[in-house]
Amino acid sequence: MTRAFTPKMVTANDLLEGDVIYLTADNKWSRLLSDAHVFTVETEANAALELAVGQQDRLVGAYLVDASADKDGNPTSLHFREEFRSRGPSNYPHGKQAEV
Amino acid sequence: MYIYNDFDEKFVRERTRQFRGQVEKRLDGYLTEDEFKPLRLMNGLYLQLHAYMLRVAIPYGTLDSTKMRKLADIADKWDKGYGHFTTRQNIQYNWPKLKDVPDILDALANVGMHAIQTSGNCIRNVTADHFAGAAADEIEDPRPTAELLRQWSTDHPEFQFLPRKFKIAVSGAPNDRAVTKAHDIGIRMVRDDKGEAGYEIIVGGGLGRTPMVGKVIREFLPRAELLPYLEAILQVYNLRGRRDNKYKARIKILVHETGLDEIRDAVEKAYEFIKPEFSHPSDELVNGIARYFEPPQFNNVQTAAFDKALEENPALCSFVETNVAEHKNPAYGIVTISLKPVGGTPGDATSEQMRTVADLAEKFSHDEVRISHEQNIVLPHVRKADIAEIYQVLKEAGLATANIGLISDIIACPGMDYCALATARSIPIAQEISTRFNELKLEHEIGELKIKISGCINACGHHHVGHIGILGLDKAGIENYQITLGGDATETMALGERAGPGFSAEELVPALERLIDTYLNVRESSQEIFLDAYRRLGAEPFLTALYPEAEKDAA
Repeated sequence: MTRAFTPKMVTANDLLEGDVIYLTADNKWSRLLSDAHVFTVETEANAALELAVGQQDRLVGAYLVDASADKDGNPTSLHFREEFRSRGPSNYPHGKQAEV
Repeated sequence: MYIYNDFDEKFVRERTRQFRGQVEKRLDGYLTEDEFKPLRLMNGLYLQLHAYMLRVAIPYGTLDSTKMRKLADIADKWDKGYGHFTTRQNIQYNWPKLKDVPDILDALANVGMHAIQTSGNCIRNVTADHFAGAAADEIEDPRPTAELLRQWSTDHPEFQFLPRKFKIAVSGAPNDRAVTKAHDIGIRMVRDDKGEAGYEIIVGGGLGRTPMVGKVIREFLPRAELLPYLEAILQVYNLRGRRDNKYKARIKILVHETGLDEIRDAVEKAYEFIKPEFSHPSDELVNGIARYFEPPQFNNVQTAAFDKALEENPALCSFVETNVAEHKNPAYGIVTISLKPVGGTPGDATSEQMRTVADLAEKFSHDEVRISHEQNIVLPHVRKADIAEIYQVLKEAGLATANIGLISDIIACPGMDYCALATARSIPIAQEISTRFNELKLEHEIGELKIKISGCINACGHHHVGHIGILGLDKAGIENYQITLGGDATETMALGERAGPGFSAEELVPALERLIDTYLNVRESSQEIFLDAYRRLGAEPFLTALYPEAEKDAA
């Protein structure tokens, strides 16, 4: 029996700024989680990650993260760490929550 | 203050130049991240949750106004107008851009500072008692020794690829304010029965996932023998320390698994072999450096006006009670500036605050500033006659919180608000605790109480040695906080005992309130601090306070 696949997003940090970035449906990178593409097929998620890992000249540390998408495809992260990454720190209005 | 010689200057400039080239190569695609990462870490540059983080070394926590102003300028020019002071007496910038880091390192080099060996498996920035050179109980200023160790360990060719990181702390006084027993090597200045000053060498202490209290490997090491003896310890560790498992690679594991006696024998053997290679006795080297740390010319001004001001100004009186420590000169005091305002982020200072401190140090503290491992700032040599004026300036700068050693003087690591390794947040917990106990107006009534918070088992927030320790974990996708009780960071070091199941973020502060209520009820008098009450009574009444339901179930 195969385990059910939890849908995934591809995320990384931008090489220059260090900021969190997400892979979009058209293979671009966005600073907004809301732009992230949610992969529902495991082989597609893995292929997208491989593509991301190859883009050493613009990002650092790409990985797959559990996500869900509503009927319109709007993504949500499933873990609090990813929620924090998508916003910024809680002690100051710095990072994405203020700048993007 | 130590001043770079030509050798230091050239070395730091050369490393900065090299790093500039490495960053260019990374940006131009000639270096992969795998190739670049060890190079950036050698220069203190991490990649954290939201951004890069640059950790700048503040050797033995000592700064002057020029250096402090430069730290402020860097915060303004290349960061977000603030810096975070850490439990290893360093400063971290949370938002630098990769392309700017070489410029930041150049700016640091202009004032004799750098970020070298603040990361990686090498000997890290050497820390020391933040009251060094000022404390009334001091045998000797530990900083010349710490500076000698900085020179010895910087770019030491044999010790750049140790099994794991290696931390050294030096204390010059019997009251240990440098947490020496939780370091890979702790050095305590002691006297033998003839009154001769030397070092007690402690080895194999550490916090992290396997906390251990350091053990005395040499009770009295003559000052002349320091460097070859430490080199012998490092050599034994470098050869025998485990490299098969990152989590068992620290010297504490080697000492624990091998046994102290066998390690001591191995060190003594290595020492005999190494000794002839050291042409200069270490005491001569320390004495040569000591001229940079000459105590200032103290002038014994009258303190009558100060005594009168204390009587007339209760707020000043409260500040002095908590934030001013005894100086070796009775006309002086050591002023600790709290970086723990009510509801604030422990250890953070804005660039404006840094400049205020620099101005005060220049005017009132013989141009000396210290950073404490408890994430506060110290003006070490202040005339009592000037304290009222200093207090006024601090108040206007939002730096006059009178809480040193109290429940809101919390150590907290950056936690999951910044750190890529964290399993939960620390800062909001510290903020909530300080806000709540400020509302209750109980802080001064509670008295000395050390709360230390880490956002993961690596224990940067020293939770194991907090009177109350808090460890943030990820429990099935929810932040969860474990409490330890009875820890002690001083010369009587003890590791806290885990109280029981963890608490959610919402349950935590009410649980602490119950704990503190119980302490206030059971203590013998207001003189008996929380830790003493815990030691006298044991865990039981405190566990009942934390877990009232469990008690009911058992009944």
